Parts: sequence; C-alpha cells; structure tokens
Amino acid sequence: MSPTPSIIEVSKLKIRFGETWVHKGLDLKVEQGEILGIVGDSGSGKTTLLRAMLMLLRPESGSVRVFNQELTTASEKQLESVQRRWGVLFQQNALFSSLSVLENAAFPLKELVALSQDLVNELALLKISLVGLPIEAANKYPAELSGGMQKRAGLARAIVLDPELLFLDEPTTGLDPDSAAGLDELIVNLQSLMGLTVVMVTHDLDTLWRVTNRVAFLADGKVLCVDSMKNLVKNPDQRIQKFFNGPRGRIAKSIYD
Amino acid sequence: MTSQGFVRFDDQGRQLLCHGEWKLANLPAIQKELATLPPIQGAELAVNGAAISDLDSAGGWLLVNWLKKVRSASLNAHLTHFSEQQQKLLSLIEKSGYSLADLPAVEIPSGVASLGYSAVSSCREALDYLYFVGKLTCEAFASLRHPLKLRWSSLAWVVDKTGYRALPIIALLSFMVGVVISYQMGNQLRNYGANVFIVDLLGLSVLREFGPLITSIMVAGRTGSAYTAQLGMMKINQEIDALDTMGVPPDNLLMLPRLLGLMIALPLLTIWADVFGVMGGMLMASSMLGIKTHAFLLRFGQTIPLRALLIGLGKAPVFALLIASIGCFQGTQVSGNAESVGMRTTRSVVLAIFFIIIADAIFSVLFSRYKL
Repeated sequence: MSPTPSIIEVSKLKIRFGETWVHKGLDLKVEQGEILGIVGDSGSGKTTLLRAMLMLLRPESGSVRVFNQELTTASEKQLESVQRRWGVLFQQNALFSSLSVLENAAFPLKELVALSQDLVNELALLKISLVGLPIEAANKYPAELSGGMQKRAGLARAIVLDPELLFLDEPTTGLDPDSAAGLDELIVNLQSLMGLTVVMVTHDLDTLWRVTNRVAFLADGKVLCVDSMKNLVKNPDQRIQKFFNGPRGRIAKSIYD
Repeated sequence: MTSQGFVRFDDQGRQLLCHGEWKLANLPAIQKELATLPPIQGAELAVNGAAISDLDSAGGWLLVNWLKKVRSASLNAHLTHFSEQQQKLLSLIEKSGYSLADLPAVEIPSGVASLGYSAVSSCREALDYLYFVGKLTCEAFASLRHPLKLRWSSLAWVVDKTGYRALPIIALLSFMVGVVISYQMGNQLRNYGANVFIVDLLGLSVLREFGPLITSIMVAGRTGSAYTAQLGMMKINQEIDALDTMGVPPDNLLMLPRLLGLMIALPLLTIWADVFGVMGGMLMASSMLGIKTHAFLLRFGQTIPLRALLIGLGKAPVFALLIASIGCFQGTQVSGNAESVGMRTTRSVVLAIFFIIIADAIFSVLFSRYKL
C-alpha cells in the first residue's frame, strides 16, 4: 500500500436519520500535523460527522479512511489498531464518574498496554501535569471538579496513549473566557509538542482564529469550503458570510485578522 | 547488545547512544535495558539521541527519570543530538514532574472508624427518611383539604403504569404459586384421605398471606426500582431543582401521585393475584386430588370467611406505602454519578422487600393475638 499524505479521508459520505439526510455525499481530507476545525450552523451535522469518523455510527454509504485504513468495512482487530492511535475528548467530557481523575487518565493505559501499576500511574500523572491540572486534582472525582478542570481531565485521558490523532468535540463550550483561552493554548502546545493531528468541532470564534490551521464549513450535508480562517471569512457564500460576519464574527475578525 | 537494543554505552566516547523507537509500546523493554546497564564510571556522560527514530512522552518520561537518577549519583549527564522538538518535550516533562510520592494520601479509615462512619450514616439516613415521610404526610393532608389540587392525571398515569401493566406478570406468578401450594399440600392431605381440606388450606394461605406478599415483592422489584431510577436521573439532570425554583414542589408533583397511585394499585393487584392463585390451586386440586371445580367452589364459599380476604387486602396499602416511600426516598438520595443510581436502586428494592416481610411478621403476631 502506498502511503497517502492524508490522515483522514472521508469521501461520498451519506448519513440519514429516519427520513432526513444529514450528509449527502460529503468529502473531507485531514492532512498530517494540522489542526482542522469543523464549523457549521446548528444541525448541519458536525457532531454526526465526528461520530462517523469515530465509527460510533455507520454511514448509509461512502467511505471513511483513517490512517489509510477503511473503517466502514474494517474487522474488529483492524478497528482496534486504529482506535489505539487516536484520542477523543467528548463534549460532556465522558469521564467515568465512579473513577478518580488519576484512575480515569490511567484507564486506557491499564486496559490496552501491559505495564506495571506504578508505571501506569506515573505516566497518567505526567499527562495530568501536562494538561495543567494541580496534583491535588488527581485523587478527586469528576463531580468534584469545575467544568474547566473536567475538560482538562478529559484531555489528559485522551492523550494518555500518545495518540497521533486527537478529536475534540466543542472543547471550549461552557468554559469561562480565561479557561477557554488556556485550553486553546494547551491544544496548540500539545499539538506542536507531540506532533498531533487535531480535528475539532467548535463554535468558538476565538478558538477558530487562534488554534486552527484550516476550517471546514458544513452546509447542505456537504463541505462547502475548506480553507484557513483568513480566506474563509472572505468567501462570498451567503451562509459563510452570515456565520462569520455577524456582530460577534466581526469583532473576532477585527482582533485576529 | 541485543538485536532490538535501545541503549548502548560507548566507553571511548563516554556517551550513551540511544536507538530506535522510544515509544509507549516499547517501554518495558527500554526500562529493562536501562536497568541492566553496567555501572558508569567518571563524572561526564553525553546522552546521544541522534539514532532515536521516534520519541513520545512515555519514552521521554523514562529518559528524564533515568537522567534524574544518574545525576543524583553525581554524574554530569547532558543531552546531545536531540532534535529541537524532542528537547522541548523533554524539558517540559522535566519541569512538570509530579511523581507518585507527591500524591496526597487518600485516607482509608480503620475498621473501627469505618464502622462508626457507617453507623452514623445509617442513622442519618433513617432520620432523613423520617423527615421525608413526615413532609409527604403533611403534603398528603394538605391535598386532602384541596382535592382538586391533586394531580389526578399523574395519579391515573401511575395506576396505569404500576397496576394495569403489571396484570399479566402478577396473574402468571400467582397462578404458579397456587399450583405449587396445592401440589405440596395435596400430597400430604392425600395420605390422610383429607383431600377436601385443600380448599381450606389453599383459600386461607393465598388470601391471607401469599396474595399480598407475592404481589408486593413483585411490585417492589418492578415499581420501587423504577421510582428510584426515575427520580434519581431527574435529580442528576437537575429537573428536581428546576421544579423547586418554579415554585412547584416536587413532593406534590412527583412523590405524592406515585405514593397514592401505588396505594390504589396494589390492593387491586392483590385481588387479581388472589383470583389467579385460587384458580391455580383449583386446577391442581381437580387434576391431582379429584376435587371437581363445582365442589371446590361450593366448599370455598362455605369455609373461607370474608375476613381472610379483608385481612389480605388490608395489608396491601401498608406494603404500598413502604414500597413507594422507600423508592421515592432512595431516588432523592442519588448524588452525582451513575454508580450512585445503581446503588440506590438496589438499596430501594432490598429495603422495600425487607420491610415488607417485617411488616408482614408484625401483622401475623397482631392478628393471632387478637384472634383474627
């Protein structure tokens, strides 16, 4: 097999819920080492696309290739080898509520790699410190943490296996501006440090400007345009203009452009 | 040097050559090689990373920790030929070093202390339960004065869910219990030729004891657990808080209809269970003991007093109160996580059945004392 430069290659993806088609032949490529944002109006199928890439739902037709492996027809074993190379931060964090933060971060290591208990905990602690959590948080349970700290804990669990690919679903939603900015910075740092490829769904205009290399705009069940923020805001399409040139969009643009 | 060696000590150049993929998957092997390295003499050591093909944070952590160890043995080790990105990663790991030793200790109470904790928390729970029951009672009396304020539609919904929909399973179960009783007792009675007394035995035991008891236990498992899980999830979703802030007391909207609904449904289910229990016994009596249906029913009317039915029915509302109040109370005690919902649901069923049996025993003692 010849290596392709794309880490993710989605082509002709079609998904429907009941009678509504969410995606009508969607194409998207994610290149190695980039941070790709996925945006679109509510209901445009951003999260659905993310779930399709993660094989959490099966598309009606089309193909999803991750690390050059077709996922829609992959066997259990092939899927598992791909799953070990990616990490996911869900919108609601999806931390295990009955485990402490340390146990949460250590969970993938414990399940998937044969290492001694101490080594597992040390590596999990390293990730907890990398995401900027204080050591006192390690023994706490998710319910005892603030929203921003929960996100960081979720991120620590997502990167504990040193993934090559990281999926983030609305990482800054519901955070105060300071925590959100901290998380933006953290994502950029981790990306450059660990050579990650990042795919993020977000509405946060600041995050889009500060973090992403390219942004894919979803509308009508397709990718309307993939470009850097600088170029995307100049796109004459009406829906894109409405998204980025509303009152909030103009402020963000005037700051970062 | 082994074929997949990760480190090699070069004595001439006084450097440690690192090779290969320093990644999570190879961690145990690298760790082993570092541990079996011969003791390094001298004061200077260069750690050469030119041949490292891949370094992730787990490999970096191992290297940083090893460096810390040799440096503490007064060996001046420094890194050479690492790429810029690798150096950044290593210095970040070095800076961030939490270790297991820094982890604040989790206090595990001793045997005596944990006994004390659980005793106190049980007492607290009992007090909370009393408070909960008291509040519900007040709420119930208040709505007796304003019957129109009661949520009649919720009440009907509860009776439908907990009563009507439980009819098939209760019928099947009581029928089976009737069959079993008739079979076991019939075997003994036949030995004495006292076949016809099966009617007395079956009638009394089903109407007084088995009808209400079996129904209540079934309902505790079916409805009590559902109450706890529903209210628990509503509490986690802050739905109960939402009701509180709107000035709609959750007791009135959620608890009271569930309590009253079950108090209506359980006696009705008990009659239903009595009918099917007796029918099961009757079937067995006719096939095993040769007592025809007509004769069975005739004797049933003559020997079974109405009192037996009424005593059985009288217990049912008490059992219903126990099931519903424990189920709702445990639902309100849910906090935080998914595990708590499971724990409270289990507790609700176990406690409900426990107290049903205790209450039944008390009833038996009282009834026998007053010769009922």
